[in-house]
Amino acid sequence: MENVAAGVRTGTMLYYRHTLPVRLMHWINVLALAILLASGLNIFGAHPALYWGKSSYTGEGPIFLISAREDANGDPVGITRIFGHDFVTTGVLGASAGEDGELVPVAFPSWLTIPGPRWLAMARRWHLFFAWVFVLNGLCYLAYTLASRHLARDLAPTAVDWRSIGSSIIDHLRFRHPKGDAAKRYNVLQKLAYLAVILVVFPLVILMGFAMSPRLDTLYPGWIDLFGGRQSARTIHFILAWLLVAFVLIHVFEVIVSGFWNHLRSMITGRYRIDVEASDETAR
Amino acid sequence: MRPPARPPRRRFLGRAAAAGGALLLSGCDALSRSAWFPRLLGSGESLSAAAQRLLTSRKALAQEFSDADRSPEFRSNGTAMPNNPDYEALSARAFVDYRLAVGGLVEKPASFSLAELRALPSRTQTTRHDCVEGWSAIGKWQGARLSALLEMVKPRPEARYVMFYCADPMEDDGTAPYYESIDFDDAFHEQTILAYQLNDRPLPIKNGAPIRLRVERQLGYKHAKYIMRIELVESFAHIAGGKGGYWEDYGYEWYAGI
Repeated sequence: MENVAAGVRTGTMLYYRHTLPVRLMHWINVLALAILLASGLNIFGAHPALYWGKSSYTGEGPIFLISAREDANGDPVGITRIFGHDFVTTGVLGASAGEDGELVPVAFPSWLTIPGPRWLAMARRWHLFFAWVFVLNGLCYLAYTLASRHLARDLAPTAVDWRSIGSSIIDHLRFRHPKGDAAKRYNVLQKLAYLAVILVVFPLVILMGFAMSPRLDTLYPGWIDLFGGRQSARTIHFILAWLLVAFVLIHVFEVIVSGFWNHLRSMITGRYRIDVEASDETAR
Repeated sequence: MRPPARPPRRRFLGRAAAAGGALLLSGCDALSRSAWFPRLLGSGESLSAAAQRLLTSRKALAQEFSDADRSPEFRSNGTAMPNNPDYEALSARAFVDYRLAVGGLVEKPASFSLAELRALPSRTQTTRHDCVEGWSAIGKWQGARLSALLEMVKPRPEARYVMFYCADPMEDDGTAPYYESIDFDDAFHEQTILAYQLNDRPLPIKNGAPIRLRVERQLGYKHAKYIMRIELVESFAHIAGGKGGYWEDYGYEWYAGI
């Protein structure tokens, strides 16, 4: 397929940025990750505490705990404990509005979880099904990105990229976005963020999921101790999930400030509009 | 005049996202309550079971721990004292009258006293108990190997599952006794035992006295407590809710490997 479409009006051109497989796998990933997060938070509600170590009961308390106590009127008060420090988090963590609007003791609010009410068996079904969607989609992406050289061509930072890291940071802080030909390529921070998520965070969050499986623990005796044991793995799984949320928030923020509709179109139709300098146009 | 371009559009986007999100989540709840969707989601279970059996060997052992790793107190979950007069009578006499009946698709049905179970080839193992809720506890178990017991009663060729019927009713009115089932891969696994000791002491009532199942490569709800009867079957479709266990009848996976 031709990479450059005809300019639609003077000064701009539509550049074919994302291939169909990449677009498709991107949106499958959006769906799978959203469901994995929401169902994961419901699962977490069955035992809203995190520990460091091989088991939960080692003589030391949890490092993170969401709980509820009752106030003088008998209403639930949400408490979040982080390394022994208690914070009142009513309305969000520990106690939030249930189906009839009344405060109920629950770790994460129902508008953030799948299913809405506490329902461990159903949340596990959602989670473990979409975990497969996520894993298979990720394997397809990896195979495609290697075979099509998308990884080497578009994602691996070049020598020039490494040298431009400082100016790229300043550009991001000033919300200054590349124009013209430079807009065709990912910038170095973007490349590093994508690579870190694709090659480190995604595999690690899956591996920490495996580490929670009593059957997969038999793969090699004690392999999960490399991560501090099963409860540590569960804690890492939880932290990585929120790291992915942070990534998505920054990703969507950057998409909005650098041309929401243009980016959205490029991730749907593949075509990304680039402003071309008049002199560039005549030079061609 | 400059048209008011961005702010309303952004506000619209924000509202659309919130409304879309709410719709999506309530849609998910509707799907959860349908008949067909949870069944589709359940196909993940077969995939997980197949993948886990492919990746790990049938005989692979669960991790074992040192005495120092043991939890100071082994947490009791679910029933801590069965609400069952027959059980109360047994526990009042320290289970001397206890008999474990083993029947179903076997050549030689038999029953075992606690002393007879203690005389069977045993195994001692310090393992981690992983509850489906997310917590883990480590304890040292000693018990009769289920394989040794099954070899004595001689399973018939058509037998495929081992059912465990328990003394603890899950309803307040004394109905819905707990039950569980495992396949032969797990039944004949080296670490699958009928535990009568926890941390070098007779199994406490809160942890399932006089015997509970240890099936170390699966989640906690498979480890049936207060076992009264064992039955070998070809299928469990006709037993209770038909899903092979008390929690399975409420939508939990029969194969609890993850």
